[in-house]
Amino acid sequence: MAVAATSSETPEAPVPRVAGRWDATWLLWIAIIAILLILVVSPFVYLVLTSFQAEKTGDFTLSNYATAYGRARYIDALFNSLQLGAWAALLAGVFAVPLAWGVARTDMPGRGLTRMLVLATFITPPYTGAVAWILLAGPNAGWLNRFYMFATGAEAGPFNIYSFTGLVVVIALYSFPYIFIFTTAALELVSSEMEDAANILGAGTWRTMRRVTLPLALPAILGGLIICFLEAIALFASPAMIAIPARFNVVTTQLYQFFGNPVRVEVAAAYAMPLLGVTVLLILVQRLITSRKGFATLTGKGGERRPIRLGRWRWAMFGYAMFVASLSVFLPYVFLVQSSFAKAWGRGFSFDNLTLRNFNFVLFEHATAAQSVINSFLYAAAAATAAVLITLGIAYIVTRRLVPFAEILGFLCLAPFVIPGVVLAIGFYAAYAPPPLSLYGTALILILAFTTRFLPIGYVNASAALRSLNPEMEEAVRVLGGSRVMALRRVVAPLLKRSLLGAWLLIFIPATRELSSAIFLYGPNTKVASVMIFDMSEEGNFEYLSALALILQVLTLPLLWIGQRALGRDFMLRRTAT
Amino acid sequence: MSKLVLKNVSRRYGTFEAVADFSLELKKGEFVSLLGPSGCGKTTTLRMIAGFAPPSTGTIEMDGQQISAPSGVVPPERRRMSMIFQSYAIWPNMTVGENVGFGLQVRKMSRAEIDRRVDAILDVVQMRNLKGRYPSELSGGQQQRVALARAIVVEPEVLLLDEPLSNLDANLREEMRFEIRRLHDEFKITTVYVTHDQSEAMVTSDRIVVMNKGRIEQVDAPHVLYGRPRSRFVAGFIGRTNFLEGLRNGSDVRFDGFTAPSGAVEGANGTGELLYSLRPQAVGLSAQKPSGPGLAVEAEITDRAYLGEYWDYQARPLGGAKPIRVSTAPTSVFEVGSHVWLEIDPAAMVRVE
Repeated sequence: MAVAATSSETPEAPVPRVAGRWDATWLLWIAIIAILLILVVSPFVYLVLTSFQAEKTGDFTLSNYATAYGRARYIDALFNSLQLGAWAALLAGVFAVPLAWGVARTDMPGRGLTRMLVLATFITPPYTGAVAWILLAGPNAGWLNRFYMFATGAEAGPFNIYSFTGLVVVIALYSFPYIFIFTTAALELVSSEMEDAANILGAGTWRTMRRVTLPLALPAILGGLIICFLEAIALFASPAMIAIPARFNVVTTQLYQFFGNPVRVEVAAAYAMPLLGVTVLLILVQRLITSRKGFATLTGKGGERRPIRLGRWRWAMFGYAMFVASLSVFLPYVFLVQSSFAKAWGRGFSFDNLTLRNFNFVLFEHATAAQSVINSFLYAAAAATAAVLITLGIAYIVTRRLVPFAEILGFLCLAPFVIPGVVLAIGFYAAYAPPPLSLYGTALILILAFTTRFLPIGYVNASAALRSLNPEMEEAVRVLGGSRVMALRRVVAPLLKRSLLGAWLLIFIPATRELSSAIFLYGPNTKVASVMIFDMSEEGNFEYLSALALILQVLTLPLLWIGQRALGRDFMLRRTAT
Repeated sequence: MSKLVLKNVSRRYGTFEAVADFSLELKKGEFVSLLGPSGCGKTTTLRMIAGFAPPSTGTIEMDGQQISAPSGVVPPERRRMSMIFQSYAIWPNMTVGENVGFGLQVRKMSRAEIDRRVDAILDVVQMRNLKGRYPSELSGGQQQRVALARAIVVEPEVLLLDEPLSNLDANLREEMRFEIRRLHDEFKITTVYVTHDQSEAMVTSDRIVVMNKGRIEQVDAPHVLYGRPRSRFVAGFIGRTNFLEGLRNGSDVRFDGFTAPSGAVEGANGTGELLYSLRPQAVGLSAQKPSGPGLAVEAEITDRAYLGEYWDYQARPLGGAKPIRVSTAPTSVFEVGSHVWLEIDPAAMVRVE
């Protein structure tokens, strides 16, 4: 087989030589594949290897597992996590499903408003929500308790955020948008004709909903519940802020303790295995449920859809939507804002309590707070850019079948989806913290970890965009004398600009808030905003913390605006990583 | 010397043979169509010529140089060909002018030279005034013209067209056929044209390659293909026809409902059963017994349809079972059930495989 002439040869070259199927662009593909090995395969392999290695010598041992599961409180933490996930997912379902049905299928008033409020919930980081709820439902001092005592004259309020129930509520409030997204997507594909068919056979509105609409949406709802469950058990921030003061442990807080001084990464790796296993298993189950053939109607165009008329129930539905929104958005933000402008948040709403000192402090006086926001945005931007470029390359290789077994590359891009952030961080620590790389605490390791964590979002978006692009567009370039790389640069990239910008934002926005992987990998000079907020909560500086959290939220708004301009109002609330 | 030579080319996908043993030579400046039903392998053949797919066996040569073989292919970008795609593949991110100028830019021409050539070719396809437009602002026919201009402006060695008209409406399709032929007459580019539409192929081509199930059925000029189809498939695919089964019997060939002397019909010296194709236009229809030299066959009209441009009759020979289709001028009217005479010229009966 002859080797390809390089592309520097002009197209007018008089004698075309027979070239092999290798050409220069293969180098690019090989580079991309190597990057994927670094980002996905090696942390995973190191995670597993490390769990079987003795701390100093590196010899094979099972003692890490013996340590990790050797105490009752470690085992309890595992069960706490499972219970937490189950209750949080159920409660999130109670919040999300009626809202989704109301928004997608009925004439409930304020449907656009409800969608906006769900989006506001979705972009509120769990730790910000948790802090707000500490202000609201802290024992005695929490605002809800104080209102209760004021209204009833009681000695103590009934609410205590520092409890298992408190943690369940806070997690459910900020993960229900997942179920909402899944369920509205499914309901919007149920055609009115299917409901008409039930109506004409004599079924009323409620019966039709119960017997036809909900069963059709059920796989999506279950899928959303599973995602919520996994979100809840993988979450680090809220449990750390709430469970630790409440004196119980979950898996993630326990992992954090294994990572405290001295770092016992081997034990942490061993202890992370159930979390990983449960996640992999449930994602498989979720795939199975949502891809069942009987529900194939959900994938087609659903035909015409008319909203169901609720009559006087429409206001009840609206009331419920606003109730959920006040728990997740209105109340939390009112008191976050109050606290951020207060000299002391407990002194309440009065003019002499107002100050800009908190903002001034976190922006200009605090040694690292402002820098942490900058770090967050820099790392997120680098990770989003890297993830989009890598996944675009891989999606291209897969959709155009450029190498044998390309599907494996696609699978690797999606694999981080089943790796919880804390577990991923432990894998990265195991792979890249020791010499010779010694990346622990560097910006690079954070960027690499963020990139890996958000590869699935990038891949799903990039491959969807590429599939919508007719390959003839590129063939036209090549037949006129342009190389494959030129086709990518001059045609594919410009045509995918919008979708790639969308993918970039869908990665960038959550990456600016990412905590669960950052908390294990940051160093003194690479603190990100989420870690800063977490530190401040441990110190009890709720005024500074509120100011910083709000700054982070406000900085996100222009990005949201850009995304909505480029991709439509719903771009964050679409099913992206399923 | 031949411009393009395909020698025993085949292409397999797993066990499926998309193209089998395809051999063809194109003269310089020739316009050849690959015609066949969908799935016959014509597009696969075109893509092998373009270099997008290597042949499983066989070779392709251009100007005597081998450009495709199972061991490797010259990539599409170094073949100096151009191609018009079914979807046109006009790049929506570039204006008409940028689309057309792209190939020249790749060939590293000067800005001024590119402008000059782009303007000239846009004049040819009557699109000069739309040079600054984006493709989304163009109609289907205009996009088609941009695709033509973009492919021709680089003065390719070979021009490939993959069902370029299939996305246009009927009137525009007819207009563009002549446009494509006109451009070919003007630039004399060796052209391979893939289509499933026989009239497209007949209007545009010097020769037509009829393909079926990955194999070549017949290669001939349009009028030969129509007048002298060699196989049942070709006779049936190009135009409408009657298939008449004949049985050789001494000095006669006996058909369903009539007999012809074996000296009069083609190839009747064979043995046993023979198959003939008889075009409906080649049969005369009259109320009285015809006096011409052809065979006169008495028949009954069993069915008819009026199509404006002609009458389509089904006439069953008396004593026969199967009716014969006959096309007549719109003015010759016969009622269903009436007795008529068919006049069949034995020379118009073409023996097919």
